[in-house]
Amino acid sequence: MIGYLLRSLVLALLVCLTVLVISFTLSHIGGNLAINLAGPDASAESIAKLQHELGLDRPLPVQFLDWANRAAHGDLGDSFLFHEKVSHLIATHVPMTFTLGIVAIAIALAVALPLGILAALHEGDGIDMAIGLVALAGQALPSFWLGLMLIIWFGVDLGWLPISGVDDWTGYILPAFVLAFVAIPAVLRLTRSGMVDAIRSDYVRTARAKGLSRASIVLKHAFRNAAMPVVAVAAVQLGFILGGSVVVEVVFNIRGVGYLGWESIQKGDFPVVQAVVLLFAVIFVVLTLLADLLGAALDPRLRAR
Amino acid sequence: MRRHRASLWTGAVIVGFTALVAIFAPLLTPHDPFAQNLAQRFLPPVWLPGGSAAHLLGTDQIGRDYLSRLILGARISMMIGTTTILMAGTIGTTLGVLGGYFGGPVDRVVMFVVSCRLAIPLILVALTVVALIGSSLAVVMLTLGLLLWERFAVVSRATTRQVCGLDYVAAAWAAGCSRSWIILREVLPNIVNHLIVIATIDMAIAILLEAALSFLGLGVPPPLPSWGLMIAEAKDYMFFKPWVIEIPGLALLVLVLGINLLGDGLRDALGAQADR
Repeated sequence: MIGYLLRSLVLALLVCLTVLVISFTLSHIGGNLAINLAGPDASAESIAKLQHELGLDRPLPVQFLDWANRAAHGDLGDSFLFHEKVSHLIATHVPMTFTLGIVAIAIALAVALPLGILAALHEGDGIDMAIGLVALAGQALPSFWLGLMLIIWFGVDLGWLPISGVDDWTGYILPAFVLAFVAIPAVLRLTRSGMVDAIRSDYVRTARAKGLSRASIVLKHAFRNAAMPVVAVAAVQLGFILGGSVVVEVVFNIRGVGYLGWESIQKGDFPVVQAVVLLFAVIFVVLTLLADLLGAALDPRLRAR
Repeated sequence: MRRHRASLWTGAVIVGFTALVAIFAPLLTPHDPFAQNLAQRFLPPVWLPGGSAAHLLGTDQIGRDYLSRLILGARISMMIGTTTILMAGTIGTTLGVLGGYFGGPVDRVVMFVVSCRLAIPLILVALTVVALIGSSLAVVMLTLGLLLWERFAVVSRATTRQVCGLDYVAAAWAAGCSRSWIILREVLPNIVNHLIVIATIDMAIAILLEAALSFLGLGVPPPLPSWGLMIAEAKDYMFFKPWVIEIPGLALLVLVLGINLLGDGLRDALGAQADR
């Protein structure tokens, strides 16, 4: 178990390091930041001067080591455009995105689990097919378009919910619902297939033979076994949801990390871009690691791997 | 089973129709998709009051014919979808088959590369690349093709491992066939069904991603009529004229749903067991 844990940890660290190198290289090949900052009319000399001041004229590996060294001490550098510490910028934008992601995965589970169980109980009949179609349609919905349509329906036509920003909790409802659609199809399918397997299993037959009630069999016996992979996949899906928050935050004008990343990319503010990319990567890696460990903790069979 | 045949045919009809529209787009557009006419801005579609048969789907904010733009947009979506699966399919299948066939250290490297790719936030990195290189159709196609291969890699690795345990591979080995012969003639033909299903999934994802990138302003550049870009350009007017975003959005939804239905039907027809 300890060996498995250590191996997973080392691997996760290596993945983070690789993404770090990639995002650093990516944001530095362009090298048009000094030009952006100096403005379109700037002379070659003033651009060169600016590049020197920012340290952009040094070789790439030197810049990387310098940046990584400071990042290791918690200093992610300064934003070129906001004139603020990147770490501070991130810290002020993270809470909104996290809230959004957690509400979204909660909605996704609240929708997908009952539907998945229902589909499994009706395996092969009309209800199962209808739920399967819902999952397919959910996968085909462009999230930015769904967001805009919900804004028209619930925000403007009905006037029930705010159409932009998150001044209070009602502002989270529409964007979280849109983000939930990212995870619903996968969670639904997994719940359904896990439940179908569980219902056919010996222990459910035994439970039935003992004369237990249908509800008790479905929830206590079958679902407990089907839920394990769902927990793991929900963690990974939360990672995808957070990664997809860019689009939804832009549609709903929510100033979270995704919005910050989008804004910084457009303005060429690469210290912020690489920090945001790194943040999402680390979150994803941590979530998959948690899913792995949770799986191992819940299922002794996995520990042997 | 009946459901799967129905979804196979529905999907095939939608995708086939869109493919034909995409191929013959220049012949089908009733008007020049780029011709502006400021005197005829926001003509409504034919089914709304004030609509005319001259512009079946109306006109946009600068008077361009919406149907013509939608038709050319189908071509952009299908191009993005096909080039992405060709590129991603080549990269992913190569990695996956190598990892699955050789196992050991090769496999560990492949899985590590896949983990790294999964950890990269897709939309942000695609946006960054397009912002760095400059937005054009070719850049978007390359970016998506280079980013969306992980599903191909995972599935081809798993299926290759299965196939390698089967008797006919052992027989080919015993008969003295070379490694490349076994990979190309024994393994690949036997995993291709799974790859076709993955291709439909990735095609759907690529089309949605292109639309999202274009919507965010870092995808296909104007004046090209990408469906995502059409939605972005029209969204300031959506409160008064909701059809300006409904039409391209529905087109996107129907095409992607069609691809998913096709994939679902194919998975059953071909007996592949790919996890979606």
